[in-house]
Amino acid sequence: MKPSSVKYDFEPKIIAFVCTWCTYAGADLAGTSRMQYPSNVRVLKFPCTGRIDPVFILKAFQQGADGVLVSGCHPGDCHYIAGNFHARRRFAAFRKLLEFIGVDLNRLQFSWVSAAEGGKWVEVVTDLTERVREMGPMVEFKELALEEQWSGAINTPELKETYNAI
Amino acid sequence: MSRIGVFICHCGENISRTVDVERVAAEVAKLPGVAFSTDYKYMCSDPGQNLLKKTIQDHKLTHVVVAACSPRMHEKTFRKAVEAGGLNPFLCEMANIREHCSWVHEDMEEATLKAIDIVGMMVERVKKNRVLPAITVPVTKRALVIGGGIAGIQAALDIADCGHEVILVEREPSIGGHMAQLSETFPTLDCSQCIMTPKMVDVANHPKITLHTFSEIELVEGYIGNFQVTIKKKARSVNEDKCTGCGVCMTKCPQKKIPNKFDQNIGLRTAIYVPFPQAVPNTPVIDRENCTWFKTGKCGVCQKVCGPGAVDFEQEDRLIVEAVGAIVVSTGFDLYSIAEKPKGSPIKGYGEFGHGKIPDVIDGMTFERLASASGPTGGKILRPSDGMEPKQIVFIQCIGSRAREKGISYCSKVCCMYTAKHTMLYHHKVHDGQAYVFFMDARTPGKSYDEFWRRSIEEEEAVYIRGMVSRLYQKGDKVVVMGSDIAVGVQVEIEADMVVLATAVMPQKGADLLAQKLGISYDKYHFYSEAHAKLRPVECATAGIYLAGACQGPKDIPETVSQASAAAAKVMTLFSKDKLEREPIVARVREVGCVGCFACKKVCAYGAVEEKEIRDRQGNLIKVVAYVNPGVCGGCGTCQATCPSKSVELDGYTDEQIVAMIEAL
Repeated sequence: MKPSSVKYDFEPKIIAFVCTWCTYAGADLAGTSRMQYPSNVRVLKFPCTGRIDPVFILKAFQQGADGVLVSGCHPGDCHYIAGNFHARRRFAAFRKLLEFIGVDLNRLQFSWVSAAEGGKWVEVVTDLTERVREMGPMVEFKELALEEQWSGAINTPELKETYNAI
Repeated sequence: MSRIGVFICHCGENISRTVDVERVAAEVAKLPGVAFSTDYKYMCSDPGQNLLKKTIQDHKLTHVVVAACSPRMHEKTFRKAVEAGGLNPFLCEMANIREHCSWVHEDMEEATLKAIDIVGMMVERVKKNRVLPAITVPVTKRALVIGGGIAGIQAALDIADCGHEVILVEREPSIGGHMAQLSETFPTLDCSQCIMTPKMVDVANHPKITLHTFSEIELVEGYIGNFQVTIKKKARSVNEDKCTGCGVCMTKCPQKKIPNKFDQNIGLRTAIYVPFPQAVPNTPVIDRENCTWFKTGKCGVCQKVCGPGAVDFEQEDRLIVEAVGAIVVSTGFDLYSIAEKPKGSPIKGYGEFGHGKIPDVIDGMTFERLASASGPTGGKILRPSDGMEPKQIVFIQCIGSRAREKGISYCSKVCCMYTAKHTMLYHHKVHDGQAYVFFMDARTPGKSYDEFWRRSIEEEEAVYIRGMVSRLYQKGDKVVVMGSDIAVGVQVEIEADMVVLATAVMPQKGADLLAQKLGISYDKYHFYSEAHAKLRPVECATAGIYLAGACQGPKDIPETVSQASAAAAKVMTLFSKDKLEREPIVARVREVGCVGCFACKKVCAYGAVEEKEIRDRQGNLIKVVAYVNPGVCGGCGTCQATCPSKSVELDGYTDEQIVAMIEAL
């Protein structure tokens, strides 16, 4: 059975942040080689993984992404000399913060995919999609948003007092 | 209000087979801001591009999204078409619905939905795209060549022959480099001096080449097309303009027993010297460390005998500033100094093979000087300890090279060939001698190389022993070499008169410091890194700086010369235009928000971030902010992701654009 013909109850939304030179080209290669992978992933192209602000990952989760993939050139292969090293360090620190605020790190994948690794791109995307599909939708941010909007939780006496004082 | 035009390409059937292009066009047309949406069989064809141009004018489009193949394939094509249609090329974006959608999915419904998402994302992105004017920088059509070995000489001559001025800087008192030290060259056995010295003279006589020997690079500022280079001309103590090169000073100098570095310290020279008789320029230098005048304040013989009065003890180091548009780095190599470990070197294995302790264990370059007709022995192979002609000589290959556990994992490339040459030179000069070679593999790729190596065995009677040396020690006046012959599986022991070590090729000492001045990258051995190992092998990642020769990695002479000419061609390409146009994907600082923390400066791999002072009308300093030099910026955007106050933005990849894309999903 072909993977695409299987129907699941839940199809996760995966956002991939990739660099132009390696992973985007690797994904292109997967295309030219006519490899098949789940259609859940939406690719955002950056010049370099060094450009990827951790805020974008938060923003993606906030906007309803169930999984996020960040992928760039292998260490030492950066088109911009060292951008991927900065990215690696940045995300190593950022993972801890994400864990702290309660995001399951299994929803977030970092990988190195070179322009020659079409197969690896397919593997990474398929693995992440399947993993997140089993985990189910990411609801924490949505629930939080709803709670803040409708529960009146931010409508505390202190706030009221401040408001009245203005 | 934006009026976006969306064009969905069928790509013949490549896209339309799995993506319902008409449905995508219809869905996208509903998005706010989309003024026009259509699908077309082949967007990249001439009629497709004309459709694009015509629609821009007819529908007064402000932005364009072309949903077709990968932007890596046709982004340039469509941006050009959009420009021809009257829009700024950066107001066009491509949505990749072929490589990332139609080719990788089979289900029509899924692929169509994904295509709609992808196009929608690009529609939101393109709304935030700004007009980016092309960036042009002026080009100074003068080149700087650092290093006057064969690579630097070739590059300088090629550039100068095209009519551009060249400044050639050499650290030693003469140009020529290592090639001038060689006796003969493989695979033709022609004398190195005979082919080298005419080129050196060409450099000296070329009206377009300014030669600065005994000089070093002090400071490099600027960027492609506009470098400012400060060169330190070290005090020669001899006035170059007055000196005629007669050499009387050298014959009269009482200090005659100083080891000559050019002769690998086996030959001797005077305190006022030229490194070798054919030196260019033929102007001597006073070695102040060994000169009696500089040590005691007495002597001054050279000054007294100098007819033109060129000797000048008062001369001081001078700094010269030159403006150049391109830089060729050709600093060459050095041999692994196995006898003595340089300070801080991570490489192990120093002090092995008795080099430095046993006088008759020498390195390959010393053998070159022994074999050279202009060398200290006049071309006779005589061993350093007692001047005897060695009758049994052992060559050991891969000293340092390919020894991962010792810290050098690469192959030095030239040793197999030069050892084969050494055995031949030895056999030509010592007819009753026997040469043995311990080797791991014989690596002889290159035109006529393998034939040359075979000749050393078949005609010149060199005995090749596959295996490494385990022990080497002095016994009387012999050097005993013990090793294994793994082809036969026996231990061998040779009582040699002399041992020659093929030590590894390493970058010049101080290569890392020069790289830091230039802002170019280097690997862990301090070989300079090219921009792309295969497709940009002579360019540095830093624009406007090119590499030639062994400073990039071990190379033989033909390869070095080819790379030098290639680097010269790259320089000429740059000089063929008066102004340089570059893609305007560069970072830009919002000075209002910048607090001057310079976190961006620390992460910038290109050294593009400068400090800029902001002053009020009275000239009082208000604050120091970052400024990104658009000529130097590589456009990676690492600074933007790093900036804590979000005051730097990469044009074409602004936060606004990215967030718009994420929100579209």
